Amino acid sequence: MAIRIGNGAGFWGDNLDAPRRLVETAQLDYLTLEYLAELTLSILARLREKDPEAGYAHDFLPALESLVPALGSQPKLRIVTNAGGMNPESCARAAAETLREAGLGEVRIGVVAGDDLLAQIDAIQASGCTFTNLDDGRLLKELKRPIVSANAYQGAGPIVEALAAGAQIVIAGRVADASLTLAPAMHEFNWSATDWDLLAAGSVAGHLIECGAQVTGGYLTNLAAVNLADVGYPIAEIEPDGTTIITKPVASGGAVTCDTVRAQLVYEIGDPAHYLTPDVDCDFTTVRVEQVARDRVQVSGATGWPAPDNLKVSLAYRDGYMAEGRLLIYGRECIARAYQCATIIRTRLQQAGFEFERTCFELLGAGAGVPGLGTLPSDPPEVVLRLAVHDHRREAVERFTREFAPLATSGPAGLAGYTQARGQVRPVFAYWPTLVPRQFIEPQVEVRAAKEWL
Amino acid sequence: MIKLGEIALARSGDKGNHANIGVVALDAKHFDLLKQILTADRVREFFRSLGPTHVERFELPKIQALNFLLYDVLDGGASRSLRTDTQGKLLGPALMEMEFDV
Repeated sequence: MAIRIGNGAGFWGDNLDAPRRLVETAQLDYLTLEYLAELTLSILARLREKDPEAGYAHDFLPALESLVPALGSQPKLRIVTNAGGMNPESCARAAAETLREAGLGEVRIGVVAGDDLLAQIDAIQASGCTFTNLDDGRLLKELKRPIVSANAYQGAGPIVEALAAGAQIVIAGRVADASLTLAPAMHEFNWSATDWDLLAAGSVAGHLIECGAQVTGGYLTNLAAVNLADVGYPIAEIEPDGTTIITKPVASGGAVTCDTVRAQLVYEIGDPAHYLTPDVDCDFTTVRVEQVARDRVQVSGATGWPAPDNLKVSLAYRDGYMAEGRLLIYGRECIARAYQCATIIRTRLQQAGFEFERTCFELLGAGAGVPGLGTLPSDPPEVVLRLAVHDHRREAVERFTREFAPLATSGPAGLAGYTQARGQVRPVFAYWPTLVPRQFIEPQVEVRAAKEWL
Repeated sequence: MIKLGEIALARSGDKGNHANIGVVALDAKHFDLLKQILTADRVREFFRSLGPTHVERFELPKIQALNFLLYDVLDGGASRSLRTDTQGKLLGPALMEMEFDV
């Protein structure tokens, strides 16, 4: 019999009502909630620095609160999430508090940790791991900036362990997105951790639903007409042999077609013959899709190869400060006046003694989305001038943000929006994509009733 | 003259400082055409203003799709990019406007 795994969050900041609507409108065995993009952990690491109880994806708490009635009425429903971020134990305590208040103190919460490498970076380097940057080949020891966070992507294994120990809610830190879906399938069907084709099938299912509504009609270049206001979040119905149906709740908006599924299969992939996860080396080129009914697409044929020896690491380092500012420039020859404004701002900053390490100039409304593609429109009614800078000196970036408002009276005519023009200065956490040999990672799994987390 | 968007759909995203664009033919017949006309060189030329150091093309014939990896086009990647589109999400929709003589 198939298991039904729904995904109610594709990133931190996704629709807060989606998890509740999904469990109210579909019968699910598992609900996955995915919150961690490549850089989310560095933001969470900063939050934890300021408050030792912080550092997890807070969106999970209102989501969990909205799911309390479903957890009461569907005692078999299980939740698997990476909301734990940099602090899964703290997330579990906050979740436990929510559950206890709702009279669900017996619900068992499993915590999956062990991905956080920050404290061991030096020791691991001393053992010969260079943490070479996968993009540019630099060695980590050449980096002269402070490291903010370093997390290895764990796989499905520790989540399976938590489920086997009776966890109804699994709260993990950094695990691969696809593993959130693969783990329940491994647990339910007793798939071996070396049955590569099955692991590939479960990972394909996970890859397809991990971005929420992006597989049910969202962001599709040829599908504008479907009702996206009520878009249904995706469900993967996985059979014991790995064959999967991608679908969504009946009567929800959006669509599940071969197009929506194919578009998501190729989303953020490199070589499709080697989609690497901590669990398996997946070959997407053998995958077939077939529409078997309305809003039901069958996905089959995935093949897999042994999991890679190295795990991906998401490492972030402090890299100065960034800010942006915008002005609306309206009326005849607005493009010429936008250039004039940019020149004024640059000149005044130079006069104040500031040059910037990196700058960006965009004319929004005139094709700035892809720089340099196409020609400028000849006479648009208005454009938004957007300037952004990056520099290691906070005071330089602060000064930049002050230079927009004065143009209200000392720049050309036709400007508006200067009260909102001044952007926030924010620290930059630059991404250092790298690998670590698997043997350095010790997964940690702990399962307790909610009331025992408090 | 046709536009790529008439025979295919596309979705793009980031992989560090690189972008990928998945291009999916709307039907099998169009996939053969797509393979002929949408070469890695053609995609590289289309996005030359982003300064790709290399463009790689992969095929997924069972789902009639091509995947392009455009190296070093994201202004340092999502964490450092100063652009509005930090993740290359617009490259797919942009490619849909590419025109061909057929």
